[in-house]
Amino acid sequence: MPTTQRKTILLDFEKPLVELEERIDQIRNLAEDNEVDVSTQLRQLETRADQLRQEIFASLTPAQRLQVARHPRRPSTLDYIQAISDEWIELHGDRGSGKDDPALVGGIARFEGRPVVMLGNQKGRDTKDNVARNFGMASPGGYRKAMRLMQHANRFHMPIFTFIDTPGAFPGYEAEELGQGEAIAYNLREMFALDVPIVCTVIGEGGSGGALGIGVGDRLMMLEHAVYTVASPEACAAILWKDSGRAAEAAEALKITAQDLMNLGILDVLLPEPLGGAHADPVKATEILREALRENLESLLVLSPAERRDLRYQKFRQVGVFAETAHPSTV
Amino acid sequence: MSLFDWFANRRKDGPISQERQEREIADGLWSKCEACGVMTYTKDLKANQFVCVECGHHHRVFSDDRIHQLIDQGTWQPMNAQVQPQDPLKFRDRKAYSDRLRDMQTRTQLTDAVQTGTGKLDNLPLGLGVMDFRFMGGSMGSVVGEKLTRLIEHSTAAGLPVVIVCASGGARMQEGMLSLMQMAKISGALERHRTAGLLYIPVLSHPTTGGVTASFAMLGDIIVAEPQALIAFAGRRVIEQTVREKLPDDFQSAEYLLKHGFVDVIVPRTELNSTLAKLIRLHQPVPSSPLKPLHTVSNHHVAIT
Ligand SMILES: [Zn+2]
Ligand SMILES: [Zn+2]
Repeated sequence: MPTTQRKTILLDFEKPLVELEERIDQIRNLAEDNEVDVSTQLRQLETRADQLRQEIFASLTPAQRLQVARHPRRPSTLDYIQAISDEWIELHGDRGSGKDDPALVGGIARFEGRPVVMLGNQKGRDTKDNVARNFGMASPGGYRKAMRLMQHANRFHMPIFTFIDTPGAFPGYEAEELGQGEAIAYNLREMFALDVPIVCTVIGEGGSGGALGIGVGDRLMMLEHAVYTVASPEACAAILWKDSGRAAEAAEALKITAQDLMNLGILDVLLPEPLGGAHADPVKATEILREALRENLESLLVLSPAERRDLRYQKFRQVGVFAETAHPSTV
Repeated sequence: MSLFDWFANRRKDGPISQERQEREIADGLWSKCEACGVMTYTKDLKANQFVCVECGHHHRVFSDDRIHQLIDQGTWQPMNAQVQPQDPLKFRDRKAYSDRLRDMQTRTQLTDAVQTGTGKLDNLPLGLGVMDFRFMGGSMGSVVGEKLTRLIEHSTAAGLPVVIVCASGGARMQEGMLSLMQMAKISGALERHRTAGLLYIPVLSHPTTGGVTASFAMLGDIIVAEPQALIAFAGRRVIEQTVREKLPDDFQSAEYLLKHGFVDVIVPRTELNSTLAKLIRLHQPVPSSPLKPLHTVSNHHVAIT
């Protein structure tokens, strides 16, 4: 499909590709007007465009990947949930804070015939929606709603799928007053206690404690262009380099890509994205996600609850890099 | 005579020349209180557990002193002191992380930002972790995560209560996602400790922030805080940028958290030891009979027919 017909939101590194595609369009139009056969040239140019797209997306820098992960057209939690479920009912309310948090959504779905609790961070689909969704930054009530739904899943023996896509937990006045730290901490501990299988997937941006607050599971999966970071590269650059303009450097240094996390022993499953990113072909992205969820859920369902809890503990237990020596001079 | 009177009397001993005092400040013999400005002999300040005798301000106390304050003499057994930080990401900001670590170790004589071990507090055996703010702002990387996890695991196996004195700027960015994951790792260990029916008490000292607040600092069965300690998830400046208004002065103080239900009790440092002992004793199992009888009666006779 020619890019010009879609009003695509372009990322700066996609420019050479767009220029080439525009040239292809020009030649096609010219040929139609003059009734000349240019099919051979067109095929060559289209092959080159494909190659170029592949080259660009195969060698994205961490900062460019962050742009893809934050792409406004990237499928969101609710997009995926609705696409992979046979049935779905969203449920609201943490039963405590006095309001529902639209930045963290959840409910019960039927997935491949089986009831599953699904929940995740929800960014807006446009500017207005984004304001309503607080740009996907959840409040304590959101994390408590998530825990309430997960405990519901545990009670009725439903597996849990969480979808992570947030710049971080909301750093607001009210969020602090309502115990943002406590809400996240409580989820970290209690997710270890759940009997049912838990599969967590970073679909876009995994921002710090706000992501981890729904991120303790039996499997951690990440889409190819998703990122997961201890602090946003912007904040990290501001603190460590004293210059938020150096976010690209920070993104590189922090090791935030799916491949980086695989190398660090944190990530279990890396899901390839369609060429051009999940937003370029949401249907294909959904199929990849659905297949991976099915496969991983199946392998977890054969284990006993005690085995799952044990393996979940071991999975996090082994994360960390340190040395053990008698002398403190080996750094 | 209370300790306070003793200090008051001591100050009456007479003025010391300006010149001598300046020399002694430089030598570290005198300390100036950052809250009230009053000069105190460093030795006296230390004797009062680094709490200003004049205004009650709680100065920062480092891990060695804290262990000394809490643990009965001769009972401290350090654990995993050989666990050393590495530079897994080859991280370099304005300075290489490996250089930062070496400098910190030289300057503080610590391996990383936490000391862990077992010992007795008022004759009560426990597992104790003490974070040290001197070492890269008490930030939590792999070593802090590993040592605290081992402490909790050991205490679970040995049936010990755990006390962790928190002082941290949050996750250590130089270890990237490895740092973030320590929050989950420690919380998982606490889940097992809790399931074993054991008591965990975090003591939140100034400052306790970020990833530490969003994990083990807020997971106590009982959460103790020191007066006026800063306890926060997000930083004040970040929040002010978000809400574009000035925040109340006491925002994110221990007193503020107590008022909002996230801290159970604020304990002055000079009473910390006795309060922890009281709390631990209140959680010790009671032998068989559930309540003490109101009166004791002797010589019940059972007739044998
Ligand atoms: Zn003072
Ligand atoms: Zn009687």
